[in-house]
Amino acid sequence: MERKEWPLWEVFVRSRNGLDHKHCGSVHAPDAKLALQVARDVYTRRQEGVSIWVVKASDIVASDPDAKPELFDPAEDKIYRHPTFYTLPEEVDHM
Amino acid sequence: MYTQSLSIPDGEARGPKKVENPAYQAEFDAKIAAGGFIEAKDWMPEAYRKTLIRQISQHAHSEIVGMLPEGNWITRAPSLKRKAILLAKVQDEGGHGLYLYAAAETLGVSRDELYEALLSGKAKYSSIFNYPTLNWADIGVIGWLVDGAAIMNQIPLCKCSYGPYSRAMVRICKEESFHQRQGYDLLLAMMRGTPEQRDMVQDAVNRWWWPSIMMFGPHDKDSVHTETTRWGIKRISNDDLRQKFVDATVKQAEVLGVSLPDPDLKWNAERGHYDFGAIDWDEFWNVVQGHGQCNVDRLAARVKAWEDGAWVREAALEHARKRAVREKDAA
Ligand SMILES: [Fe+2]
Ligand SMILES: [Fe+2]
Repeated sequence: MERKEWPLWEVFVRSRNGLDHKHCGSVHAPDAKLALQVARDVYTRRQEGVSIWVVKASDIVASDPDAKPELFDPAEDKIYRHPTFYTLPEEVDHM
Repeated sequence: MYTQSLSIPDGEARGPKKVENPAYQAEFDAKIAAGGFIEAKDWMPEAYRKTLIRQISQHAHSEIVGMLPEGNWITRAPSLKRKAILLAKVQDEGGHGLYLYAAAETLGVSRDELYEALLSGKAKYSSIFNYPTLNWADIGVIGWLVDGAAIMNQIPLCKCSYGPYSRAMVRICKEESFHQRQGYDLLLAMMRGTPEQRDMVQDAVNRWWWPSIMMFGPHDKDSVHTETTRWGIKRISNDDLRQKFVDATVKQAEVLGVSLPDPDLKWNAERGHYDFGAIDWDEFWNVVQGHGQCNVDRLAARVKAWEDGAWVREAALEHARKRAVREKDAA
């Protein structure tokens, strides 16, 4: 069996206006036009979407999972970034 | 579908090799213990990756091969309404296969590689699809019992520890309920028909009942799942799922007005469950090992579809290449 696989595309669907596009899976397709077509058939058979984005998987730049501590841990001790850090007098605490 | 896939090995899965690392292993174990999810690019033990590739791809193959027994009746559906429903159902099964192949690919295998394992006979798929669909009632019984058993199997997988698999399962489970209900509805319609139609329903139930309860795989005492259980992939045992299915189905059979072909099936007040008769495991293993009624036909149909589609796949790639060149020249 020869191995000339169609490239992989990641699929993002906006379920209705007012919401973000959300990643829902991937498809194989030879080009962008067919990727949209295939994504329509595979991921929106029941009106799950009003808009689809497809992005070539090879074009996505992702953060390194090994770099999670450097990237995401520094925020852990900055609790003053959250409203709950501040104790206010009870009468005004709902601000 | 099909916890069977957990119990039955096929060939070695291939994927990128990762160095085993105690610090990573500890982090992985902690995540699993806390009921967390593992995502595609996270470190995972090689055995976890291989198990998932095997299970998810067997599951995908089952969805794809599962299109065949029902596809067999699309052109002969008795009305336009039933034809439209069956088309939608079979299309869903194709979709399920595609969601699952996509999930498996996040583990570092290619789609073609997985497909090659199916077409060469190396990979397994659920034994249930190696039975023939002999009359129109079979289509109803497949929806009711086979999709019903699949749903029992699949709901716990929505919470499995591998993120891409769990999300694919959530999507699949949302669609399965339609499959079971349309099957039962079809049978209700036939049961309201002529005596001949009622006989067809009973005949189909008689043939599909035992294969359906075999779908849950070997008894717990004959299948080792310690790792998949510890890893949060398998959450409920084969026998527990089978019991749940039998308990749920008895009432449905009664309402439908058919009998289930098991003289030992009866309520056990002490256990709070239905007891049922011994399963013919020789038949099960015979079908798994390729000697069921339709194993050869099913695989031949998949191979033919793959080969007949080769020129389309090539032409589409070539068209995309040419158009990209044209667009570049025009720019
Ligand atoms: Fe399915
Ligand atoms: Fe289904």
